[in-house]
Amino acid sequence: MNQPSEILVRARGLRRDYGRGESLVRAVDDVDLEVAAGEALAVMGPSGCGKSTLLHLLGGLDRPGAGELWLGDQRVDKLSERALAELRCHRIGFVFQAFHLMDELTAQENVELPALLAGRSPRRARRRAEELLDQAGVADRARHLPGRLSGGQRQRVAIARALANDPQILLADEPTGNLDSAAALDVLRLFEALHQGGLTLVIVTHDDRIAGTADRLVSMRDGALVGERRLTGGARGSLAQFAGLRGE
Amino acid sequence: MGRAFLVCRLAARDVRHHLAEAVLLVVAIAAATATLTMALALDGVTSQPYQQTRNATRGPDLVVYITSPSQAAALIHARGVVASSGPFPVASATIEADGRTGGLFAEGRSEAPAAVDQPDVTAGSWVRPGGVVLERTFAQALDVGVGAGVTISGRRFTVVGIAVTAAQAPYPNLCYLTTNTCGNLQTDGFGSEQLGVAWTTEADARALASATVPLDDFALNLKLQDPADAPAFAAEHTPAPGPIISSPADQPELVISTWEGIAAADALLVQDAQSVLIPGSLLLALLAVASVAVLVGRRLSEYARRVGLLKAVGGTPALVAATFLVENVALAVSAAVVGLAAGRLIAPLLTDPGAALIGAPAAPSLSALKAAEVLGVALVVALAATLVPAIRAARASTVRSLAEIGRQPRRGAVLIRLSRRLPVPMLFGLRLVARRPRRALLSTANMAVTVTGLVVVVAFHTSVAKRLSTAGLGPTAGGLSDPVINRDLQMLGVLTVMLVTLALLNAVFTTWAMVADAQRASAVLRALGARARQVSLGLVVAQVVAALPGTLAGVGLGILAFRAAVSDGGTPSVLWLVLTVLGSLAAVAALTAVPARLGARRSIADALASEAA
Repeated sequence: MNQPSEILVRARGLRRDYGRGESLVRAVDDVDLEVAAGEALAVMGPSGCGKSTLLHLLGGLDRPGAGELWLGDQRVDKLSERALAELRCHRIGFVFQAFHLMDELTAQENVELPALLAGRSPRRARRRAEELLDQAGVADRARHLPGRLSGGQRQRVAIARALANDPQILLADEPTGNLDSAAALDVLRLFEALHQGGLTLVIVTHDDRIAGTADRLVSMRDGALVGERRLTGGARGSLAQFAGLRGE
Repeated sequence: MGRAFLVCRLAARDVRHHLAEAVLLVVAIAAATATLTMALALDGVTSQPYQQTRNATRGPDLVVYITSPSQAAALIHARGVVASSGPFPVASATIEADGRTGGLFAEGRSEAPAAVDQPDVTAGSWVRPGGVVLERTFAQALDVGVGAGVTISGRRFTVVGIAVTAAQAPYPNLCYLTTNTCGNLQTDGFGSEQLGVAWTTEADARALASATVPLDDFALNLKLQDPADAPAFAAEHTPAPGPIISSPADQPELVISTWEGIAAADALLVQDAQSVLIPGSLLLALLAVASVAVLVGRRLSEYARRVGLLKAVGGTPALVAATFLVENVALAVSAAVVGLAAGRLIAPLLTDPGAALIGAPAAPSLSALKAAEVLGVALVVALAATLVPAIRAARASTVRSLAEIGRQPRRGAVLIRLSRRLPVPMLFGLRLVARRPRRALLSTANMAVTVTGLVVVVAFHTSVAKRLSTAGLGPTAGGLSDPVINRDLQMLGVLTVMLVTLALLNAVFTTWAMVADAQRASAVLRALGARARQVSLGLVVAQVVAALPGTLAGVGLGILAFRAAVSDGGTPSVLWLVLTVLGSLAAVAALTAVPARLGARRSIADALASEAA
């Protein structure tokens, strides 16, 4: 896992500032980070410590003020907007705390969206969406609008959407932050399955039970990485028990 | 009392907090009310100049056209007649000056002043042998001044004077009163709108007669003891109406024009301006409704929270509705005041009575009733756009309002399904239209009204060009210029500028509202891999798709409106219509592209964070 060829994400001296002068806030401060292919990494820290900003930088949703960022062999921080969009479309999947589903589209139409953006035929996009919704356990909710789904169901639809174009890495920002324990457990099980399938995961959370399900945990404070811990149980173990969540 | 105070205070604070939007709202309504004010203020502005001209020229109460001088005695000695002049011979002739030609009504006069109807010479001198005096509007149309040489029915004359009269309607409305007065003069292919008046000596007028156009018209001017008796006198002495006159032989022996009829013909110039301004103000009022609706709609989600807070602290639904309405009604009243003031200031620029009359027009009058009409229009505009949101706000759930749960987007299943096969910008654009159909409808209506106005203007220009070229009129055709057409073009020009300005403002408001509303959808789409350019293009597509049906409807409505207003109005060329449609859509696309590009520059993370917050 530590061999250079297996490193999927590499950040060197990553920095992101907001504001100027006295009101300058260094949201991400000189972060060095590597994520191996197939690894599940949890990023923890208190609110406002820069976890989400780091995730946005890793996913090309935001640009660093300084530093280097690599995804595989490709340097990401210097890419044009167009190339970054291509990257987000084909190689990165996002899951947000607030789900960010399109309210006027059904669950299936939401999941089809990235495939349509990638230029796939509507028929292929639909088939893939059906597969993913089935995999996420919400196939029976395919024709429902987000407003008629529970929080857990919405997040599972959002995860299905993130997987529509078979990304190399899934970035999740507080994926269980808006969910009750049972729904959170369902989502974590889904992540476990994805992880076991070899997908690289970076999960930002402030919940140590969620973080405990990862292979590795990094802690942040005031924009900087302040600690790192390799976890032994990880997602390959009995996830729910390890995380202290009650199963059904 | 306390509640009224609270409502007023909340309204005042909100206006202060959103000053730019309040100003835009006032501007939109004021444009409509100012135009209406101008139209209403033009009522009767020519009556004073006509009276001044009538006094200065010893204007007659009646002008009687007879076919033989022997008919004059009975009229001169009729009951109520206190003074007269004539009968003067009137020759039908043609006039040519520097390549411009027209029909002429040449009245033979004594070199001595007449007791009734002595035209007021505004330049040069009165008639003399070989010297002609031209009526002022006709001289302007021919573009000749004192000293110029003109050819009248083949004879050379020198223009020795320019004069105005209260006894004839001015060019080009000489035959407005009745075609009978011009029946004999419509010679050599000149239409009634190409006829003017001139005065020569009696000998010169008689010399203009020929075997083909004999001298068989005489003008007799009568002054009555009471000018108000003129219509009754005319009715008493005019023969019963005959059949439609088809040849000079069918002419009745006697035709009478009253001074009121002549005054009405003089007012045609200003009435034409009114006939353009009144429908124009209606179009502007419709655009103002759209402006207010978009501005209010933009702030509905913000309002929702305010409604929730008011209700949470004990505000009743009526109080909530009142708060919403008072602010917009107050702004509408302000707009009406601004419109009234602006209209009253601008109206004098439009009240030039024309060259036919002397003296200054009266200051445009605005009675309390007219001011109330303008205020009423402003209130209707404001209420049409805000009443429904106010009622909806009053009935909204407190919890939902506090949670700022705004209007959920609509699901347009058909458009969503259709868009799946389209490129990303079209996919996004159509889905945006589908999620806010009412806003799209507003854009459609905005374009329909704007293009209707533009097509009317284009149709008018086409019609004028056609009329001038077929009649050999207009400076470019080497013919006569038409003061009525010139005034109409001036009015249409002013109206077009206002219409386009308001339409542009509306397009900007709508675009801003749409870009703001689509912020989250745009950010999500970009997070999923759409390029910023695709998202920007999608926003443009959404606006153009909404504008397209409005533009096409506007073309049809514009043609219908023009045909309804101008009975012999034609249709603009297809090329002009296509250019109007493409130009309008290009303007919409360009106006959308700017905020769309600006929106696309915003970081995706920021946009998503602010929506989630």
